[in-house]
Amino acid sequence: MKQMHLAAHFPGVNSTTVWTDPRSRSQIDFTSFEHLARTAERGKFDFFFLAEGLRLREHNGRIHDLDVVGRPESLTLLNALAAVTDRLGLAATVNATFNEPYELARRLATLDHLSAGRAAWNVVTSSDAFTGENFRRGGYLDRADRYTRAAEFVATARELWDSWTPDGASRPFAHSGRHFEISGEFGVPRSPQGHPVVIQAGDSDEGREFAASAADVIFTRHGTLEAGRTFYADVKARLEKYGRRPADLKIMPGVTVVVGDTDADAQEKAAEIRRQQVSPQNAVLALEQVWGRDLSSYDPDGPLPDVDPDPGSDLVQGRVRVADPLAVAAKWRALSEAKGLSIRQTVIESTARQSFIGSPATVAAELETFVDTEAADGFILVPHLTPGGLDDFVDRVVPLLQEHGAFRSEYAGSTLRSHLGLAEPVWKG
Amino acid sequence: MSPTRPLHLAAEIGGPPRYDAGSHVALARLAEGGALDYVTLNDSFARPGPDALAVLARVAPATTRIGLVPTVTTTHTEPFHVSSAVATLDWVSKGRAGWQADVSSTEAEARLFGRRPAAPAAALWREAGEAADAGARLWDSWEDDAEIRDAATGRFIDRDKLHYVDFEGSTFSVRGPAIVPRPPQGRPVTVIDGTSGPAREPAARHADVVHVRATSPEHAASLADDLRRRAAAHGRDPDSLRVLVALTVDLGDAETAPEPGLESGPQLAGRGTYFRGGPVDLAELVIQWHRGGAVDGFHLTPITPERDLERIVNGTVALLQHRSLFRTFYPGGTLREHLGLGRPANRYALADTSGDRS
Repeated sequence: MKQMHLAAHFPGVNSTTVWTDPRSRSQIDFTSFEHLARTAERGKFDFFFLAEGLRLREHNGRIHDLDVVGRPESLTLLNALAAVTDRLGLAATVNATFNEPYELARRLATLDHLSAGRAAWNVVTSSDAFTGENFRRGGYLDRADRYTRAAEFVATARELWDSWTPDGASRPFAHSGRHFEISGEFGVPRSPQGHPVVIQAGDSDEGREFAASAADVIFTRHGTLEAGRTFYADVKARLEKYGRRPADLKIMPGVTVVVGDTDADAQEKAAEIRRQQVSPQNAVLALEQVWGRDLSSYDPDGPLPDVDPDPGSDLVQGRVRVADPLAVAAKWRALSEAKGLSIRQTVIESTARQSFIGSPATVAAELETFVDTEAADGFILVPHLTPGGLDDFVDRVVPLLQEHGAFRSEYAGSTLRSHLGLAEPVWKG
Repeated sequence: MSPTRPLHLAAEIGGPPRYDAGSHVALARLAEGGALDYVTLNDSFARPGPDALAVLARVAPATTRIGLVPTVTTTHTEPFHVSSAVATLDWVSKGRAGWQADVSSTEAEARLFGRRPAAPAAALWREAGEAADAGARLWDSWEDDAEIRDAATGRFIDRDKLHYVDFEGSTFSVRGPAIVPRPPQGRPVTVIDGTSGPAREPAARHADVVHVRATSPEHAASLADDLRRRAAAHGRDPDSLRVLVALTVDLGDAETAPEPGLESGPQLAGRGTYFRGGPVDLAELVIQWHRGGAVDGFHLTPITPERDLERIVNGTVALLQHRSLFRTFYPGGTLREHLGLGRPANRYALADTSGDRS
C-alpha cells in the first residue's frame, strides 16, 4: 500500500478553532505547543506546522474579537520545540513580502542546524497595505509582483544556502535581480538538510506553477475526492518542464477529522463541533463577510437579509476576501429557502469544513483511498481544539494506518527530507 | 563596608561560531548552576554565526531559571518582527527573555540587504532607540487581561484592551497592536552597551540594563552616574537602571601567579576591558569594584567559554557565594526578578484609569 505523509497544524486564529469548549487551553503558553508537537511525534508525523500573523484581523474597522486572537512568532517557537522533540519536522510560515532573503535564509538555516535537519519554510506572500502598516516596506506589491518576488526570494535563499561548500568553506555570493541586489558572505554553513524543506500554500494558477518550479510540499485546500484528483494530476503534470519528477512535490491538503466510536457517534460529534464553531455572533459575522455590510441588527436565528451584498466593501481586513460575494449570497439564499434554515443554520451548513468524519476504521479507509487514488500524498490535520485536538487521531486512527502498511511505525531517518522521501538538494556551487 | 546594591552577574556564551544546540545548552546550564542573572549571546551580520535569538530559544526549554539575552540588531531588521521574536522568547522561556540591542554600521552588512547604505553611528543608534521604544509599546499593546473568553457574548478578547501603537520613527512606522499577547514579564529586559557616545542616550532612555566598558572603578562610577542622570532627565527612576561593567576575562593561567599589574586594575583591550589572572583574583576585583556601590555588577565575556566559564562559576562565583556576596539559588523565576526590577505597568492600562483613553 502507498505510504502517506501526515502533518499537524497548530489550531489557527479562525472559527475552526473552538475556544468555548471546557477542554480548550491557552493559544500562547509553550505547554500547548509542546503537547501538540509531542502528540504529533508520538504519532510519527512528518511535521508540525505553524501559520503566521502579521496584523490582527479587523472587521468593520475594529479588531475581530470572536475567534482566538494572538500567536507567537513562528521560527522562535519552533526553535524551542526543537528542544522537546527529536524527529518531528518543524514548519514555519514566513512571509516573503515583509522579510529580506539574507536574514530569513540565515534564520531558516539556523533552525535546520539547531534541530539537526528538521526545518521547513512555508512561503506565503502578501501585498496589502493593511499588513504593510506594521512594516518599513509598507504594502505596494501588486498580485503579479508578489509571486515574482516570492520566486526570486526562494531562489536567492537557495543561492545563500549553496554558498558554503558541503565540506564547510564559505564563498562570497552575489545576487542581482529585479527584487534583490545583494552580495557578501553568508553567515551559516550548509545545514543538515542542505536546504530546508520548502512548502507552498495556495491553489491559484500562479501558486501551482510556483510550487511546481520551487516547492517540496504544496499545502492545498481539501475538496472532494474528484476535485483532489484533478488538482493532483494538474500539479504533478507541471513538474516535468522544470526537470522534476512527480515524487519531488508532495501534495498535502489541509483537513479536519472527527473520530467517534461509530460513524453515527462521529456524525453527532461533528454536528456539535459545527455548532461550537458557528456561534450566533460568528454566524452574523460570516454573513457580513459575504455581504460586506453591517448586519449586526439581524437575528442569527432568523431569516437571511433581503439586501444584496456590496462587492466593493472593505468591511473585512486581514483576511482573504470572498471571491464572488453575489454568487455565494445567491447560493446561501437558495439553501436557506429550500430547507427553511435560519442565518446560523445556513452558515453551519454552507461553511462545513469537516473533511473526514467516522469511526477510526472509516476515517483510516477514506484517508487511504485519497492516497491510493492519487488525490493526495498525505494530509495536514487541522485540529479544532488546543492542545488535545490531535489525541483521538493519534491514539485511534494512526495505529490502523500503521497496521494497514499505509503509514510508518517508526521514523526511518532523522531529517524531515528523509520523512518526506525527498532527495538531498543538488549543491550548486 | 558592605555593598549598597545586590551584586548581579552575567556571562557571554558566544565565542568561535558554533551551530549545534548541545554546546550552547551546556554553557547556559553551567551558568545557571552558578545562579548567574543571565547569559548573553552576541550576534552580528558582519561575521559567521547562527541567529542568536534562535539559539537561546532552543536553550530555553533545556534550562529553568537563567535569563536569556541574545543580541538583536535594529538596522536592517523590522522593528515589528524584532518585538514579536523577543516576546516569543519570553513566552517559551516563561519570563526569562531579554535582548541586547545593537546596530549594523558597515557597508558590508548594508550590501547583504541592499536596501539602504551604511549610516553614521548617531543615526543608527537613534533608530535603535526608536526600535526599542516601538517594541516596548507593542509589548504593552495588549493589556494583561485582554483575553476574556466570554462564551455568553462570543468574545474571545475585550478589544478595548488591545491598542494601536501608531509609532512614527525617523525611518519606520508601526501601527500595531502586537500579534503576540503581552509577554510574561510585561516587557522583556532591554540591554544596551552604553559606553560609546551615540549609544549612551538610547541606553539611558530605553534600557533596563546598561553594559559599560570602564578602565577603573572611578571610570565606571562616572559612566553609571552619567547614565542615571540622563535616565532621570527622561523621567525614569534612576534606580530602575542596572549598570554592569563589561569585562573580557582570560582565566587560562589560573594555576600560575596573578599577572603583574592586576592590583592596578584590568587592562584596556579591544572591545572591553581585559582581565587576565585566576578565578580568585577575578572575585577580588569584582568585590573591589562593587564595594563602592557605583555599579550593580559585571558582564563577563570569557575568552574561551568552554574553559573560562567553568572557572568563573566554580572559582569566582563560588567564592563570592561563600562570602555571601552573591546568591546561591534563584529566589525568583523571571529575569526581571533576578535583576530586582519590577514588572512594568502597562502604559495603555494606566491611560485607561486616568480617563484620557482615546
